[in-house]
Amino acid sequence: MLAEVPATRDAGVPSGDTLIELRKLVVEYGVGDRLVRAVDGIDLSIRSNEILGLAGESGCGKSTVANAVMQILRPPARIAGGSVLFRGEDLATKSKEELRKFRWRNVSMVFQSAMNALNPVMRVGDQFVDMMRAHEHVSKSTALARAGELLDLVGIDKRRIRAYPHELSGGMRQRVIIAMALALQPELVILDEPTTALDVVVQREILQQVRDLQRDFGFAVLFITHDLSLLLEFAHRTAIMYAGEIVEEAPSELLHANPLHPYTIGLLKSFPPLTGPIERMTGIPGSPPDLADPPAGCRFHPRCPHCSAADAALYLRQTTERPLLREIEPGHRVACHLVESPA
Amino acid sequence: MRPDELEVRDLTKHFAAGNNLFGHRGRVHAVDEVSFVLRPGTITALVGESGSGKSTVARLLAHLYEPTAGSVIFDGRDVASDRRRRDVLRYRSQVQMIFQDPFGSLNPVKTIRHHLARPLRIHGIVPPNRTDERIHELLTTVGLVPPEKIAAKFPHELSGGQRQRVAIARALAVEPAMLIADEPTSMLDVSIRIGILNLMLELKEKRRLGFLYVTHDLASARYVADTVLVMYAGQIVEQGPVDQVLQHPLHPYTRLLLSAVPDSATGLHAARMELRKNISSAAIDPGEGCRFVARCPLAIGVCSRITPALVEAAPAQSARCHVTAPFPAIREEADVEPAR
Repeated sequence: MLAEVPATRDAGVPSGDTLIELRKLVVEYGVGDRLVRAVDGIDLSIRSNEILGLAGESGCGKSTVANAVMQILRPPARIAGGSVLFRGEDLATKSKEELRKFRWRNVSMVFQSAMNALNPVMRVGDQFVDMMRAHEHVSKSTALARAGELLDLVGIDKRRIRAYPHELSGGMRQRVIIAMALALQPELVILDEPTTALDVVVQREILQQVRDLQRDFGFAVLFITHDLSLLLEFAHRTAIMYAGEIVEEAPSELLHANPLHPYTIGLLKSFPPLTGPIERMTGIPGSPPDLADPPAGCRFHPRCPHCSAADAALYLRQTTERPLLREIEPGHRVACHLVESPA
Repeated sequence: MRPDELEVRDLTKHFAAGNNLFGHRGRVHAVDEVSFVLRPGTITALVGESGSGKSTVARLLAHLYEPTAGSVIFDGRDVASDRRRRDVLRYRSQVQMIFQDPFGSLNPVKTIRHHLARPLRIHGIVPPNRTDERIHELLTTVGLVPPEKIAAKFPHELSGGQRQRVAIARALAVEPAMLIADEPTSMLDVSIRIGILNLMLELKEKRRLGFLYVTHDLASARYVADTVLVMYAGQIVEQGPVDQVLQHPLHPYTRLLLSAVPDSATGLHAARMELRKNISSAAIDPGEGCRFVARCPLAIGVCSRITPALVEAAPAQSARCHVTAPFPAIREEADVEPAR
């Protein structure tokens, strides 16, 4: 462990001002007397000009974070604590109309099954026009011309603005949605499992394109997936979520080289290698906890390979005390009792 | 061929595609003259992108589709043309299928016990008074313990990984010789995929089950499989021992697939891929010539004129490529034509 914390943070990560800041954010879903804390007090910031990855298993709360940033949580979900700041302004203070403009113009979002979100009886170009004219005063012809340019950017022939969605493959429809998300030049694009439904080759083509566009236009990306290997490759920084909490966060290269949380290590060990010897792997035994009744102490302790009654003092802490997310080395934060604090 | 092997011979399935401008109905060659053998105690991976026809092969083997041509030979008989319920049942008791979606393949209003008791009853596997005992054995085999507790649960009370294990237990209930697993892990979280793959390995080693493992994930194919079949646009374009094929891929499509995957062993970054625009499916009304030609970096003149045959270019490894696995007769022509 590093003994001192140097002044410079996050080497290798684009430095930008903070665009979105989540402060002690709590999101609850209440159904009857059952209360589920999907997001339980997380601190996370997204800087302009960076790709931030958010990884975790189904049900860990990662999509809820995205919905909170986009301000599209609907009952029974509600923000029960903390805040979401956009350029320092609390989004909770914004009016409905301000939020309507904020979405798409400042922050846009691509959902997992977004390719099914296109209107099947409307030409692709007209859907661009509708969306743009809901936010800007532009003529139809200007909007159509822009739609053509955007399609071109994501690798689709601009003549396809005349196509209907069913005439495009799943991968092409997903690109259309990404082009739409970029149409108003937002400062942040949220990609929630954008390529999970697509096969590997198409997935890579799309992600490569997103990265190129991000580099050229300088917007920020919040990229959510359960596939950590993708994030390590495409994201500048990666945060790992488990059971509603962030358990580790670091620049992606550092996270790959020096993962500290047993959950992160387990995730990284869940991918069989393509070269070299094949050893029997174990993955992560067990399954994520029920968020209506999360385990006391460290939420990962029932699945943690380093949690046993052998060390009584440590075991007591692991099972009763919630570990705090602490900075261990520059830009690297971990919430684990096993990881020593820097002196 | 041994009676416990399953041989697929020139299996072909065509579907009608949508109308084009002139009212002509195209034909999708979803599976075109595919041949391979599944052996007990081995796992054969079938890899390819969506639309390559790999799931159609799985469904043909599970007797869910009728082939357009070709045969599936098992236990000395061509079972592809079986129509009588008794024959189909007998085949299905030997060859079972596991589907991709563990959420859609279980009845939400029935307990796990119900799902496992049904095949035991239909196929008359055990006397009724031993049903529960057998169900508990099956659940224990797939790692769902304590079995008494799991059997009483409903599908929604289980996680995705547990549901997929139930689906495997159900397939095992009839004591099959072969399992056809169609992307059994693709809808599961990364962290629990390995558990399902390990279960397949265990069943292969301890019970000598044979598997056809359909996937688009090359790393998992390497982890579990002995042999790999690579499919593109309805055809097998490369086949061989999995390690050999992934280390020394012959077909440009296999190379493309490999370049799309970051290797967890060596580093983070896969090679940069060339982007393509508006490529339509090569499986619709394919003419003569290689179906991969429009995407191929190695294409030469002959590729768009003559369909390459599956040629054994290395021991036990064959590929369908004029350039990397040339057929002796056209090798000469391939040499003189410059790459375009």
